[in-house]
Amino acid sequence: MDVDKVFKALADSTRRRLLDSLRAQGGQTLGELCASLDMTRQAVSQHLGRLEDANLVATTRRGREKLHYLNPVPIHEIHARWIEKFERQHLDALRELKRSAEGERHGKA
Amino acid sequence: MEKPEFVYVTYISSSPEKVWKALIDAEMTTKYWQHLNVSDWKPGSRWEHRSADKDATLRLVGKIVESSPPRRLVLTWAFPADEKREEKHSRVTFVIEEVSGVVRLTVTHDRLEPGSEMLRGITDGWPKVLSSLKSLLEVGRPLPKLW
Repeated sequence: MDVDKVFKALADSTRRRLLDSLRAQGGQTLGELCASLDMTRQAVSQHLGRLEDANLVATTRRGREKLHYLNPVPIHEIHARWIEKFERQHLDALRELKRSAEGERHGKA
Repeated sequence: MEKPEFVYVTYISSSPEKVWKALIDAEMTTKYWQHLNVSDWKPGSRWEHRSADKDATLRLVGKIVESSPPRRLVLTWAFPADEKREEKHSRVTFVIEEVSGVVRLTVTHDRLEPGSEMLRGITDGWPKVLSSLKSLLEVGRPLPKLW
């Protein structure tokens, strides 16, 4: 895995929105992603290319359609590199605390 | 054609034969999955997924749908309680390809019931299993305790 590519791909809010959309609904076509993000085909296609190149998006073909999926494996590798298993429950507790303290304002950045 | 629920991809610096062996060999799967995959891996045969502790609890069962070493393996995938209810079986396809000198392993999991325990389990499970497999084959060391 090329870690630089993963971080560069993630360092863009549009690409993170694309991943959010694929997490909510896997298997979307380019057309569906354009519609849900209200962006042009060309822009979405370029961003998807970067995400695919970083292996954050996996694709499969169904007839003539190309379906896109969030591929969390590289993110898991980053997670495994720096986060020990025993730390996970503390981190989950902190995340819950942050979420409840921030209430509705907790958003995606 | 139906739409798969999940497609996972990992690139592994290894050979297709080694990746194939890692999927079907009980000793190898114990190392990185902490479970044993047991079968003769012939089409129509049963396969079992058992915990790698002294109880060897049966966790998953299914049938081998297709087996073309070292390129393509298709299994059905179910909880033991659902073994006789084929409508409850999901399906897993492993595709092993060589891409610019490394192996691309694609795992597709489909026919999952929406909102099911199986769906929740595999969403958490596959990224862990694949990262651990990659680590074992590349560095000789799996990820510590997955479950």
